[in-house]
Amino acid sequence: MAILGFLIRRILTGIVVVWIVASAAFLLFFARPVITVARQLAGRAATPQVINEVIRNLGLNQPIAVQYWHFIDNLLHGNLGFSYYTGESVNTMVRQDLPPTASLLVGGLVLWLIVGLAVGIVSATRARSVFDRLSSLGVLIGLSMPTFVIGELLILYIFVPLNEHGIRFIDTGYAGPSQGLGPWVGHMLLPWITLAAVQAAVYTRLSRGQLLDTLGEDFIRTARAKGLSERRVIFRHAVRAALTPVVSQLGVDIGQLLGGAVVVETVFGLGGLGQVSVQAIDTDNGPVIVGFVVFAAVFVVAANIVVDMVYALLDPRVRIS
Amino acid sequence: MSISGVEFVGQQAVAAETAEEAGKIEGRSQWQLTWRRLRQDKVAVGALIVILIMIVLAIAAPAFVAITHHPPNTAYPIQGETEAGNPVPPGTAGFWLGTDGTGRDLFIRILYGARISLFVGFVTTALGTGAGVAVGLIAGYFGGVIDTILARFTDAVLAFPYVVLALALAIVYGPSLPEMIAVIAFFSWAAIARVVRGQTLAIKEKEYIEAARSLGAGPFRIMFIDILPNLLAPVLVLATLYIPTAVVFEATLSFLGLGIQPPTASWGNILADAENFYTVAWWYVVFPAAALLITTLAFNLLGDGIRDAMDPRTERVLASARRRRRGKLKDWVRDANAAGEN
Amino acid sequence: MSITADSDTLVTVENVVKYFPVRTSGLIRRTVGHVHAVDDVTFSIPRGKTLGLVGETGSGKSTLARCIAGLIPITSGKVSFEGTPISGLSRRAMRPFRREIQMIFQDPYGALNPRRRVGAIIGDPFTIHGTATGAERKRQVQELMERVGLNPEHYNRFPSEFSGGQRQRIGVARALALRPKLIICDEPVSALDVSIQAQVLNLLSDLQQDFGLSYLFIAHDLEVVRHVSDTVAVMYLGRIVECGPKDLVYGSARHPYTTALLSAAPAADPDTAASRQRIILTGEVPSPIDPPSGCRFHPRCPKAQPLCSKTEPLLEVKAGDAATHATACHFPVEAGENLAVAGRSQLP
Repeated sequence: MAILGFLIRRILTGIVVVWIVASAAFLLFFARPVITVARQLAGRAATPQVINEVIRNLGLNQPIAVQYWHFIDNLLHGNLGFSYYTGESVNTMVRQDLPPTASLLVGGLVLWLIVGLAVGIVSATRARSVFDRLSSLGVLIGLSMPTFVIGELLILYIFVPLNEHGIRFIDTGYAGPSQGLGPWVGHMLLPWITLAAVQAAVYTRLSRGQLLDTLGEDFIRTARAKGLSERRVIFRHAVRAALTPVVSQLGVDIGQLLGGAVVVETVFGLGGLGQVSVQAIDTDNGPVIVGFVVFAAVFVVAANIVVDMVYALLDPRVRIS
Repeated sequence: MSISGVEFVGQQAVAAETAEEAGKIEGRSQWQLTWRRLRQDKVAVGALIVILIMIVLAIAAPAFVAITHHPPNTAYPIQGETEAGNPVPPGTAGFWLGTDGTGRDLFIRILYGARISLFVGFVTTALGTGAGVAVGLIAGYFGGVIDTILARFTDAVLAFPYVVLALALAIVYGPSLPEMIAVIAFFSWAAIARVVRGQTLAIKEKEYIEAARSLGAGPFRIMFIDILPNLLAPVLVLATLYIPTAVVFEATLSFLGLGIQPPTASWGNILADAENFYTVAWWYVVFPAAALLITTLAFNLLGDGIRDAMDPRTERVLASARRRRRGKLKDWVRDANAAGEN
Repeated sequence: MSITADSDTLVTVENVVKYFPVRTSGLIRRTVGHVHAVDDVTFSIPRGKTLGLVGETGSGKSTLARCIAGLIPITSGKVSFEGTPISGLSRRAMRPFRREIQMIFQDPYGALNPRRRVGAIIGDPFTIHGTATGAERKRQVQELMERVGLNPEHYNRFPSEFSGGQRQRIGVARALALRPKLIICDEPVSALDVSIQAQVLNLLSDLQQDFGLSYLFIAHDLEVVRHVSDTVAVMYLGRIVECGPKDLVYGSARHPYTTALLSAAPAADPDTAASRQRIILTGEVPSPIDPPSGCRFHPRCPKAQPLCSKTEPLLEVKAGDAATHATACHFPVEAGENLAVAGRSQLP
């Protein structure tokens, strides 16, 4: 099965990538004077005793190669480190903070893809119509707006007025799906829109362009000449051909989704991994950052593998190479 | 989308034009032609004017400080804040756009923020474009192992979430302007390198490159004298379109606290603080956001305009097809000339 | 054909072989075969004369040209210029020879960089080899432009402002700049209209007289080759099948392939055309990745015998031929023999 071999190769490459990223993060952080590292690991509020304890516990006085070995060893056992500042292991923090991030990423991704592709496809099929011009305008605005501005404007012009009129459906802060579909959507709707907006604009333009080019090709003309209905021509033939470059672009953009998630969490106060990591800068909380870096690497690699599999399914040529 | 009909007539028209213009000695370069087309694009010209105004305002920021007597980092707790400690609205007490959370002049701070944004935008784009072109040329021209390594590295950088790198650098070196420029420039070169590499691969196979090699030209001469001029058009478009991305990057990083730190003004950190006051001070959010939006919109429109000016085929062909159906001969010839100029 | 490295020989090509590896794609690429583009070719180019190289697409003539010009490294064999080996030299060592060997390309639209002005393009050789700068270079370039029939006032124009024939002239000017001894012409007129072809060919022949140039003239049009060449070599699937002075090759061709080619060329005189029997070769040109055994032409040859599929014929002078006329065939065509009715060929 060619596709199984393909999958295995991608997974192996992915493991190598995660290892490289983790190692780079390790070196960046730990290959510095011991006191600096210890102080950062212990957190801003640490007393000299805590700092010495940190040095002892983590063996910061040992040669860097030994430290590296311990680091990798810990990683392989799933241990992402310990946050002295908050007094809990990074694993615990990740477990706590993952749900909001996950909710956000999933909803945002779905919304981005659906809106981006749908608007792009409709715009391409109705080129130069009012819809197309409006969507082009929307795309231009979406591309020009930073994510956090969109978030703030949404809060200002949707959340605040609704709130003032007593409508509490839309709210800031996080509520998980376990608290019911209503609250979940209510809290997440604006964040989802914010996260999806910029990328949806990019993908609208991308899919519109790809589909327009594909519709001009000879094989589409042949399909029409054969008498196939327009809908069949578009969906069965054109879209499939047009989408493969879009899918390959997706792999690259998934990484940016994570960046957007950090911003959206901060704007809406969702308290996920992203926001916590950013706050860790203020408190000089090193381990959280290193843990987040590793998590991000795993996420990006896994997402890319999934995207590659989808691409391989769409385009059989890829599986052979 | 076949435009061979227009191309063919175009070439004949050029031959006719050449014969007519026997007196002329200089050929018009690609740049002169592009500039002529750009001048006719009203939207792009408008965008360019807006950008120039913004640059002037940013440079003249100290002049505005002299007029209003409000330095950017000075707080005015008495006239600049309400009793509750909130910002005052535009027009009060000589604050043209109102004040921010600590009673500082918002207008002045926006101007100083513009300095940061434009500076970061241009510098990172320049660095990223230079590096990206170099990497793309080298990878594309030399091929083989060098290309494989560089191409994979480029892909890895493109896929990497910038936030993670910014976080890592911020915790190690502390957030600051140089750190931010490093992060943004690091991600900018990858997109350009990818495009340049693709173009180089295509151009490398052309006969005039073979001719250059047969003359004894070395690889660097070929890359920079023969291949690069053919790349400048797409690179210019990419660079112009990257500037707004860099500006947004900077604002986002400052917003998150990973870039410019308060009290130095940056649109990003102004908007971060503005979040705390959105119920009581809409101007604190709207004006910086508007400044950001206008800047990025202007660069995007200018970039699109330059791209269309360099490669007018698509629009011109569609427009000329419409005109041709109405049957005006001189329009036909004019469009054929335009197509032939390429 | 004997190779004499004497003062009359400019370039000698000895047993040159060029194989291109065929690789699988992917991260680790394995070589699964070779394209036998040029397979053991030997000939020499005399000073001040033109050697015409004829063959169909895929015969390897363009590859051979690039091997001689040093644009592609050869797999084995030797190319020598005035007695000095030049194949396999480093780029630095090759530099002085680049002034002596120049090339003109087939596609007038692809051979000139569209973003550079014509004056700069023609001036390239001077810049690269540092022989002239500034005003002196401009003067020399304009002199060249005049010499090839272009208006020197057009120094600052772009290639897109010239016709195909004019662009070829620009290419010739560029090739001529450093007064090379050999110019390799890779199908220089194939992409031009017939009336322009004549002009460019006449220009080339004038320049040969004025500057004592040697040409390696590659083409697939037999009439053009006959017009310009002194000696002719016919290539098939990477090997030379016949070689000699043009009158002998055209007048008394010995190789069946040459005969077939000659019979297929359109004749200007309708009477000649009517009386000539067309020899139609069966089959298609085989793939150079897996050439036929023995004589490469045997699957399509009207005179093929069992020996032909076993042993490769050597390029040698056949009985009764002049010492300069060599053929690679076990059963060369005899005078008056009509291949159209022999063996496996078919009449039109």
